[in-house]
Parts: sequence; C-alpha cells; structure tokens
Amino acid sequence: MAALLKVENLRIELTTRDGIAPVIDDLSLELNAGETLSFVGESGCGKSMTALAIMGLLPDKVGRVASGTIMFDGEDLAKASDARLREIRGNDISMIFQEPMTSLNPVYTIGEQIAEVLRRHQNMDQAAARSRALELLDAVRIPNPKSRVDDYPHQMSGGQRQRVMIAIALACEPKILIADEPTTALDVTVQAQIFDLLRDLGKETGTAIILITHDMGAVAEMAERMIVMYAGRKAEEGPVDQIIEHPRHPYTKGLISCVPHLVAQLSDDRPELTEVRGIVPSLMDFGRDECLFSSRCERADDKCRSSRPTEMKFKNDQHSACWQAKEL
Amino acid sequence: MSEQQEFLEKARSPFSEAFEMFRKNHAAMAGLVVLLLIVLGGFLGPYLYVGDPFEMVWAPTTPPGEEGYFLGTDYLGRDMVSMLIYGARVSIAIGLSAALLTVFIGITVGALAGFYKGWVEEVLMRITEFFQVLPTLLFSMVIVALFGASLPMITLAIGLVSWPAVARITRSEFLRIRELEYVTAARACGVTNSKLIFTVILPNALPPIIVQAALMVGSAILFEAGLSFLGLTDPNIISWGQIIGSNRPYILDASYTVTIPGVAIFVTVLAISLVGDGLNDALNPKLRQR
Repeated sequence: MAALLKVENLRIELTTRDGIAPVIDDLSLELNAGETLSFVGESGCGKSMTALAIMGLLPDKVGRVASGTIMFDGEDLAKASDARLREIRGNDISMIFQEPMTSLNPVYTIGEQIAEVLRRHQNMDQAAARSRALELLDAVRIPNPKSRVDDYPHQMSGGQRQRVMIAIALACEPKILIADEPTTALDVTVQAQIFDLLRDLGKETGTAIILITHDMGAVAEMAERMIVMYAGRKAEEGPVDQIIEHPRHPYTKGLISCVPHLVAQLSDDRPELTEVRGIVPSLMDFGRDECLFSSRCERADDKCRSSRPTEMKFKNDQHSACWQAKEL
Repeated sequence: MSEQQEFLEKARSPFSEAFEMFRKNHAAMAGLVVLLLIVLGGFLGPYLYVGDPFEMVWAPTTPPGEEGYFLGTDYLGRDMVSMLIYGARVSIAIGLSAALLTVFIGITVGALAGFYKGWVEEVLMRITEFFQVLPTLLFSMVIVALFGASLPMITLAIGLVSWPAVARITRSEFLRIRELEYVTAARACGVTNSKLIFTVILPNALPPIIVQAALMVGSAILFEAGLSFLGLTDPNIISWGQIIGSNRPYILDASYTVTIPGVAIFVTVLAISLVGDGLNDALNPKLRQR
C-alpha cells in the first residue's frame, strides 16, 4: 500500500541574523492511512518545523523548504500553490496546537468557529453546520453541547478548549491530523483524557495522526511508530515498542531513561532517573558534517566527530542514525 | 425555539461584557446622555422650535432673554436658538462623517500594512508619515481654499489630515494579533487572507480603533469650528464654528454671540471625550481592574 504522506530528503532552511541554518536536514518519513506516528525530541529539534512545512505554514520570509518533497496523495505540497494549500488545510490535513488558551478566536462563539470550517470546506449551510457542530462537540465529549455551543472561548477551561480545537480539526474528517504538543499546557489528568479522545477519534474516523511531543509516556500509549528527532535530523525511527525495549541510538536511550514509569519497566539496575546532559547545539552548527549528538554522547569517538552517521536499518524496521547502532 | 432563545441569552460576547462595564461608568454615561440630547436636539429641534435660522427676526444683537428670544439674536438679528439647533446638525454630521472617513482610510491602510508587512508596509507607512508631518490646519486650509468650501470638501479635508493616527493604531494591533495562535490556527484551517484580515484579525483589533474613532468625532467638530472661524466654510450653511467666526467683530458688544456656540462646542466635545474614555475603560481589559 502506498503511503498517505511521504516526505523525502526534506531540508528546511531558516534565515537568521547569522546566516542560513538548516533546521530540518535530510528528513524522510512515511505515514500510512490510519496510523499514529509520533515525533519526539527536545525543544528546538525541528519537530514543529516539520509539521508547519507539511501544512505549508512556515514563517514567511524566514523559513523555506530548500529541497526535498512532501508527497500527499500524489501531490507535492512543497510546490503546491497557496490556494491549493488552503483547500487542503483544515479539510485533508488539519492541525491542533500547543496552547488551547490562545488558539481560539476570542470574539466568536465556539459553535461559530466549528461551523465556519464546515461552511468553507463542505459548503454546508448555516443550519446544517450548526447541527454538525453540536454533533462534533458531543463527539469530543463536551458535556451538554447544546448549552455550550454558544459559549465564548473565555467561558471554557483549557481542557475544554483543546476539545473544541480537536472538534474543529476533525470537522471535515481529515486524512491527517497533526497534533503539535496538544497537552503541554494542560494538567496531567486532562492530558490523559485528551490522549484517549485523540486515540478513539483517530480509530473511529480512520484519521492518521502525527503526534508531536516530548512526552515519552504519551508516545508509548498513543503511537505505533515513532521518529526521534535531534537537531533537525532523524536520530531513530521504528515501532514504538521495539524502540522502547531496545533503543538503537544513545539519544533515544537518554530520553527513555528520563521517564519514570518506563525506566521501572526497563530494568532494576538503574535506581535513579538520569538526564541527557548538555543542550542541543546552536542552530548555526546544524549543518555540520558530524554526529550532532557527539558533544553530549558518552560513546562518541573520532568518527562521530568527523562525519555524519548514515542511517542503519534493522530487521525489525528500526532505523538508527548512529555509527555504533549495532553495538548498542 | 425556546431552547434556542435560552442559550442565545446565555451567550455573553466580549462586547456585551464591555457594554456592562460602560454602563457602570458614571462619567461616560453622563457624556452619552448629553450627547444623545444634543443629537436629538439637532434632529427634532426644527420641529419643536419653529424658526428659520437665516431669517432676521428682531433687532441685531438683542441680548438673551429680551423680546422673547431666549438666547438673543446675532449681529444680523437672527435667532440664536434656531442657529444653534441648525448648527448642531451640521457640526455632528461633519464630526461623524469625517470620523467615518478617517476610520475607513486608517483601517484600510493600517490593516494592509500590518498584515502583509514587507514592502507593502514600508510604502504605506511612509505615506502615513508623510500625511502625519503635514501641518494639519494649513493642509486642510489649502484643500478647502483650492476646491471650495462645501461640506463634503471640509469633511474630506478633515479626514485626510486625521487618518494617520488610526492607521498606526490599526497597524500595531495587526502586527500583534497576526502572530497570535488563533490566527495560525485559522490559517491551519485554510482561511483566505482577506477573511483573515476582516473576520479574524479586525474584530479583535477593533477596541482601540473604536476608542480612537469616538475621540475623532470630537476633534473633527473642533477642526470644523476652527476652519469656519477662519472663514473657510460654506456661507450657505450655519455651523457652530461659523457663528463664532461671523460674530467675532462684535465680541465686545455682544459677547454672548460668541460664547454660546463656544459653550455648545465645548459641551459636545467634552461629552464625546467622556464617552470615548468610557469606551477605552470598557474595551481595554488591562484597565478593567482599576
């Protein structure tokens, strides 16, 4: 089966004061219909940039797709016109954002905001859009949707607003839903509810989900496959259970050992939580021909510091960009 | 249907909340009442108080109260009450239409500059600055002197010199709001640029523009008064400023002919300012706590 979304050799450049930096460097990925794929990595690793590039929403004049293709349904989104991208956005691919508190327009009721998407993409009339909005609010488990549909965003809690965002995103039954850290701003119990909701709705509608997060626990619960990003490059890719059981990249290993309940499952010989020491290199160093993780890696040797690791493929469909992936 | 009404009533838009804030502001409500009285007087006055403002009714410069003329007569023996009522219409009409014109030009320029940025912004803001550094009174005098002192020309002159303030406020609001997440979210839903400008960003940018527009009505009335005082006005209409201007030579003998329209202008502009201030308090969430 052909992949729904196929990104090949994507390179995104950001123009900064100090010159041009590749925030995404040679990234390839595939997403199948109905699948949940997770992007993991620290802040500033290019997870959100990849999402914005797929949506065609890279910041004007600052970011651009320098090379590579983003094939969606046989169409290259990297070269699509603005008008075509607008048709796709919200209809075939939609996105929910990190900050539910500010992602809804404060001057319209939530019902109007849901109906607006339906009217634009599905040509529904006012009444049909409204009754569909009620159904959607019910689907995202807002209690008593009839009395909430005319509420303004400031009358709702953060978790409810994120549910409304999900309702808007799923209104047109998109093929792909990109969730950019959808629960970062919410408290833990609500996080779990939102993840449950996303998973259930994804299954019901057959929507493929790209989940961007730095929460390894969420990945383990939600996704089938994951991509670990580091400094704009793919560090590791593969089935979630395989990677958590046996990470083939020292960075993934570091990330996993930061999470309490995953560690407990892993082994008893690591009594304390560990951290990944150091920080992500600066943007200007992103293009270097070396393993960008080498400065933080205990195992780094001269080869790591002098050439960029090639991707190694393992039998269980795990890929790792580490020179020592086999020994790990 | 009753259910429908029930939750329509429950909905309290940010604007209805602002209206409640406004109602609690006594000074602003007083301003609004005065303003409504003036507007009503201007439009109902001619039916309640019959009299042609251009007609000589009694001896010139009859002091107020004498011979049954409540506010006296001016230097041509015209009834001051009729003139004030007639002048109220003109002053308010000019104030409103000049403010509308100002807001229209200002929002268009400011929204385009703030939304598109880049060279569009550069060009538009340089033009704005050009209009801003023009000496306003001199520029409008030139327009009126060149194209004739008719009401539309005076309105145009006032509009042309006052839109830069609105344009700059609109631009700054657009620059701020276009980076907010709900605008990105709207883009992610496939909203077109024109819809982004008019239905997503503009409603959120309106509060400071509304305040500025309200104050603009007051300053337009003042501006018109200034122009008419200098004689740059249509002689076939009567405005408050024109009453002051034409009676100026008699200020020592009949000071009330200048004072009364002056007070009318003062009260009107003060009422508008109070309303504008009340709107500012009501629409600016940062001031609500005070």
